Amino acid sequence: MKEQVLIQAEKKKESSGDVLVVKHLYKSFGSNKVLNDFNLTLVNGENLVVLGKSGSGKSVLIKCIIGLLMPDSGVIELFGRNITDLDHEELDKVRAKVGFLFQSNALYDSMTVRQNLEFPLRRHWMHVTQQEVDNLVQEALEDVGLAHTINMMPAELSGGMRKRIALARTLILKPEIILYDEPTTGLDPVTGKEIIELIMTIQKKYRSSSLIISHDMTCVRLAADRIVVLINGRCYAEGAYDELKRSVDPGIKQFFE
Amino acid sequence: MQETGDVSVFAIRFFKEAFKPRYEISEFIRQCFVIGYKSLPLIGLTGFIMGLVLTMQLRPSLIEYGVESQLPAMVGIAIVREIGPVITALIFAGKIGSSIGAELGSMKVTEQIDAMEVSGTNPFKYLVVTRVLAATLMLPVLVMLGDAISLFGSYLGVNIRGVTSFHLFYTQVFDNLAFGDVLPAFIKSFFFGFAVGIIGCYKGYYSAKGTEGVGQSANSAVVVSSIVIFVIDLVVVQITDLLNLN
Ligand SMILES: Nc1ncnc2c1ncn2[C@@H]1O[C@H](COP(=O)(O)OP(=O)(O)OP(=O)(O)O)[C@@H](O)[C@H]1O
Ligand SMILES: [Mg+2]
Repeated sequence: MKEQVLIQAEKKKESSGDVLVVKHLYKSFGSNKVLNDFNLTLVNGENLVVLGKSGSGKSVLIKCIIGLLMPDSGVIELFGRNITDLDHEELDKVRAKVGFLFQSNALYDSMTVRQNLEFPLRRHWMHVTQQEVDNLVQEALEDVGLAHTINMMPAELSGGMRKRIALARTLILKPEIILYDEPTTGLDPVTGKEIIELIMTIQKKYRSSSLIISHDMTCVRLAADRIVVLINGRCYAEGAYDELKRSVDPGIKQFFE
Repeated sequence: MQETGDVSVFAIRFFKEAFKPRYEISEFIRQCFVIGYKSLPLIGLTGFIMGLVLTMQLRPSLIEYGVESQLPAMVGIAIVREIGPVITALIFAGKIGSSIGAELGSMKVTEQIDAMEVSGTNPFKYLVVTRVLAATLMLPVLVMLGDAISLFGSYLGVNIRGVTSFHLFYTQVFDNLAFGDVLPAFIKSFFFGFAVGIIGCYKGYYSAKGTEGVGQSANSAVVVSSIVIFVIDLVVVQITDLLNLN
């Protein structure tokens, strides 16, 4: 009965459109106040970019959202459920619907590409057959155009290929929200652009919502429906690319020069 | 001191998580194979040399006292009771402790442990519980194999001067070994294995960021577990003494 009510509440929230809401988020390390009353809303189906300088706390923000870091205070609602209140099991259920692309890719370097992609499927190990696993792995690899690397080790791949494999691993469970931590950093501009285009294509295919963290303006221009500028741990400004580009505020202007 | 507390907390977490499903059986079996197989050649080689050298070193003294015939018995007791378990455990710490420390350390630094966490696999269970259990179970096996190879080395040592049959040698060794010699040695090797596993995992799991952090984890995993091995040895000797097992 309680379950039923919860599911209904969840449905309601989803149809209302906000899949992720961050309210009054505070996080500091010692005296270093990284996030200071940060607010953000991700609407179903949109691509939201969080723009911020290196060290501004973008990775900290995204790690709080996925529950890898515990915020000092504040609310983080994923699909209408405050993840800071959830126990481990419930958090895990919410996480199953959220994909996370690490800044460093975080590929398992002792496993082959196939094993890397199979790993998230362990979550559903009781409900999927080996045939289904193989199909999912194949499909995810084809999505990123790297079907031939299936038996290679991550160390044998180039930086761009590794990013694609990491993307395929993130997508294999067809998440409803995908969190990207600087998907183009460390790649040359051409490869970076390819990755962004790939992200956009996949976004259309699976109709997911994305939160993209970046300071790469090409990435921002191509991907963003809406931008949030993160300065001093706060949401400094918000708007579409063209709006922010016209801004005369020096804090915003610095990104567009 | 602070660290002793942290390792204890880590060990308590190990016992809590080890008995909760889901059990990572296939990873555990893989780790047993990796851990056992990786250290076997080294342990075999050192065990063989130890047995041989010990025998050759002891012979002159025993001749002096006129008890050369006791050579197999002496060597047997020394190897089975003390030298076998301790040397094997120290080599195990050097080989396996460092590799666990480095492996988990680099997984930590490159966010692979976080990646497991978000993809719904408990990394503590998948990485730590399997490795600690494998180390705890494999070391006693390695100690027994090491003892056997050592005794074979010793047999060759006895045979360098004078001829003894294989059968006679082993009869002499085992006639002089009591249950009270074998049991404590066997039991303490479980503790040695557990110590190497848990310390290696702890050092890796809480590795400092950066490549340097990984090296440090591997290094201090070996240093700390070697010291702990001697401490456990000391404690076990005291206990067997108290219980009057020999
Ligand atoms: N685990 C941690 N412990 C202590 N301080 C941390 C930790 N993680 C991050 N910080 C601090 O938080 C601040 C923000 O770091 P973060 O990694 O979020 O930056 P970023 O915006 O992602 O930068 P980049 O674009 O370079 O990735 C930094 O000053 C960093 O020192
Ligand atoms: Mg970052």
